[in-house]
Amino acid sequence: MLRIENLRARVEAREILKGLSLSINAGEVHAIMGPNGSGKSTLSYVVSGREGYEVTEGSVTFEGEDLLPLEAHERAARGIFLGFQYPVEIPGVSNLLFLRTALNAQRRARGEAEVSGAEFMKLVRAESALLDLDMEMLKRPVNVGFSGGEKKRNEAFQLGILQPKLAILDETDSGLDIDALRVVADGINRFRSPERAVLLITHYQRLLDYVRPDYVHVLSGGRIIKTGGPDLALQLEREGYGAIAA
Amino acid sequence: MTTNTTEMRPDVRNAEAEGAVADLATYKWGFTTDVEQEFAPKGLNEDTVRFISAKKNEPEWMLEWRLKAFRMWETMESPDWAKLSIPPIDYQDAYYYAAPKAKPKLASLDEVDPEILRTYEKLGIPIEEQKVLAGVEGARKVAVDAVFDSVSVATTFRAELEQAGVIFLSISEAVQRYPEMVRKYLGTVVPPRDNYFACLNAAVFSDGTFVYVPKGVRCPMELSTYFRINAENTGQFERTLIVCEEEAYVSYLEGCTAPMRDENQLHAAVVELIAGTDAEIKYSTVQNWYPGDAEGKGGIYNFVTKRGLCRGARSKISWTQVETGSAITWKYPSCVLSGEDSVGEFYSVALTNNYQQADTGTKMIHLGRGSTSTIISKGISAGRSNNSYRGLVRVAATAENVRNFTQCDSLLIGDRCGAHTIPYIEVKNPSAQIEHEATTSKISEDQKFYAMSRGLSSEDAVALIVNGFCREVLQQLPMEFAVEAQKLLGISLEGSVG
Repeated sequence: MLRIENLRARVEAREILKGLSLSINAGEVHAIMGPNGSGKSTLSYVVSGREGYEVTEGSVTFEGEDLLPLEAHERAARGIFLGFQYPVEIPGVSNLLFLRTALNAQRRARGEAEVSGAEFMKLVRAESALLDLDMEMLKRPVNVGFSGGEKKRNEAFQLGILQPKLAILDETDSGLDIDALRVVADGINRFRSPERAVLLITHYQRLLDYVRPDYVHVLSGGRIIKTGGPDLALQLEREGYGAIAA
Repeated sequence: MTTNTTEMRPDVRNAEAEGAVADLATYKWGFTTDVEQEFAPKGLNEDTVRFISAKKNEPEWMLEWRLKAFRMWETMESPDWAKLSIPPIDYQDAYYYAAPKAKPKLASLDEVDPEILRTYEKLGIPIEEQKVLAGVEGARKVAVDAVFDSVSVATTFRAELEQAGVIFLSISEAVQRYPEMVRKYLGTVVPPRDNYFACLNAAVFSDGTFVYVPKGVRCPMELSTYFRINAENTGQFERTLIVCEEEAYVSYLEGCTAPMRDENQLHAAVVELIAGTDAEIKYSTVQNWYPGDAEGKGGIYNFVTKRGLCRGARSKISWTQVETGSAITWKYPSCVLSGEDSVGEFYSVALTNNYQQADTGTKMIHLGRGSTSTIISKGISAGRSNNSYRGLVRVAATAENVRNFTQCDSLLIGDRCGAHTIPYIEVKNPSAQIEHEATTSKISEDQKFYAMSRGLSSEDAVALIVNGFCREVLQQLPMEFAVEAQKLLGISLEGSVG
C-alpha cells in the first residue's frame, strides 16, 4: 500500500530524514518509535504532503502511485489521513461543518456523490456514540477550547467519519488519561481491516497494549535502525532507545 | 470556483454591449420596446439636473431641492481624510442618467425582459429562484424590486405588501404617488450639505427605493433590491429612504454586482433610515461590485453615505454589510441614537484583495439616555490591498448611561497587504461605558495544512478559515444572503493564495 524507499527530506537547510525505507501492506499496523528529534513527525508530514518539506532523494508511492507531486488535499482524497499530535484550532468554523466540507471535498475528488446533511448526521451520531463524544462539542468551532483529550478524541472521530485507507496517527496517545486512551484505541481497532493500514507514531509502549501492532520500527537519526514484532516495543520500554541505537 | 467568477462578472465591453443591443432589436418575445439606453447629455451642470428631473416628471419642489443641492455641491470639495488614494475624478466626463426607454409597467417578473433576467442569473442572483422560494408553502418571502441601471423594471409582491399597508416603491414612483411623504423625510437624516458625495447624490440621484411601514406593522417579508451598473460611463446615484413607524419592523436586503469593465466608475448612493418608537430596521448589504483586475485597473468607486436615525424610544437600527467588491470603498453606515434606550448595531465584513482599497466603519452618535451600540468589524486584507476600519463613538453630554462595545478584528493574507484600525471615541458624559477590542492575525500554515490534510484545496481551506473569522457577522444575515456572502468571500479571495 505505502512504499517509502531511501527517503531523504529536509526542512530549510536541515536534513531530517536520511535514507528512510518502509513498506506497509493493507491490513497491517505498524508502530514507529523513536527519541525526540529522530524525524517521526517529519515522516508523517512528508507522507501527508505538508508544504515546506523538501524531498531530495528517494520515493514515496501509495497503491503504486507516486505521492510526491500531489498536494495534501489530493493525498487525502487518495485515502491518506494524518491524526495530528497537536490538532489545530479554527475559530468560527463548526467542527461538523468542517468535517462535512472535508468529506464532500474528498468524495467529489474521487468522483463519488456528496453525502446529504441527513446521511452525514447519521454517520456522526453513530461515530460520536462510539467515542463518547458530546454532540454539543461537535458543533463548537474546530478544536477551540477543547481539552487535550477532547482534541485527540476529535481526531479519532474524524478518522471514523472520513474512513481513509491509511491512517498515520502522530502521538495520538499523548495527553490522554487511561479511560480516554482506551476509547481512542478502540476507535483505532475498529478502523483496522484487511483493506486498511495504520501507522502509529508514538513515544511509549502504552498505546501498543491496546492496539497491537504487526511491526515495530525504531527511528533514529532519520533512518529506521531496527524492525521487529510487538516485543521490540517492550524491549525499548525496558532498555531505552540508547541501548538499541548503540 | 473559477467558472463561477466568469459567470458572475461577464465581460460587457462596448462591442459586446452593442451586440446585445442589436440582438434585442430583433427581440421576439412581444415587447415593442428594447433596452436601448436613453442618456442625459454628458457632463454635469444645472441643465443635467433639470433633464433628470424632467425625465422623471418631478414636481417643482423636487427640482428646486436638487438645484439647491447642486449649487451647494459646486462650492464643496472632495474629502481627503480617508486612508485612500483616489485618482482625480472628472465629473464632466460622465453621464448622469441612463434609463431603459419608457415601457408599460410590468405586473410580474414574467414580463421582465429575459435578457435582463439572464444577466442577473449570470451574476448569480437568482431572481427566479427567489420567486420559487417565495412560492413554497411556509417559506419566508422575499420581495424584489429590481433596479436595472437606474430605473425600476420589476416589482413583485406589491399587492401583498399593500394589503399589510407597507409601501415599497422605487423612489421616483414614490415622488409621484406619495409626494408629501417623500418631501417630509427626504434629506432629514442625510441632508445634502452633509458631505460632498451625498450632496452630489441629492442633485442627480437617479432612482432608488422608498419603504414606508406604518405603525404596528411587521413587514410580512424581507424586502430586497438588487441593482447593478450596466451602461458604460454611467455613475449611479441611488437614493433609498426607509421609514418605520412606531412598533413597526422591516428587514431590507441590498445586493450589488457589476459586470467587468475598464473604466473607473463612480457610485455615490445615499441611504436614510428612520425608526420610530419601538420600531426596528434591519439593513443588510452584500456588495460585490467590480473591484478592478489583478493589476488594479478599472473597478467601481463606491462612495456611499448611509445613516439611520433611531428617533423613538427603544428603537433599533442594525446595519450588516459584507463588502468584497469595488476598487475603492468609502462607506460608514451610521446610527444617530436620539431615542431613549435606542439601539444601534453595525456588523461588517470588508474583504480587499489585489489593489483594492477600503476605508469603512461606522459612527454611533449617542444622544439618547441609555442608548447602546455594538460594533463588530472584520477586515480581511489580501494581495496588495489596504483595508481600514474607521469608527466614531460619540456620547453627548446629556446622554446618561450609554454603553458601547466595539470589536475590530483584522486578518492578513500574505505579506504585502495592510490593515488599519482607526477608532475615534468622544465621550462627554462620565456615566458612559465604552469598550474597544482589536486584534490582528494571519492565517497560520498550521491551520491551512490541517484543513488540507482533511481534503480541502488550498483555496477552499483559506475560504473556510476566512468564513470562520467572519462568522459573527455572517450569522446576522438572513439565510439566503448568508450563503451568497460565503460564496463571495471564497470567490473574492481567488488568486490570493499561493
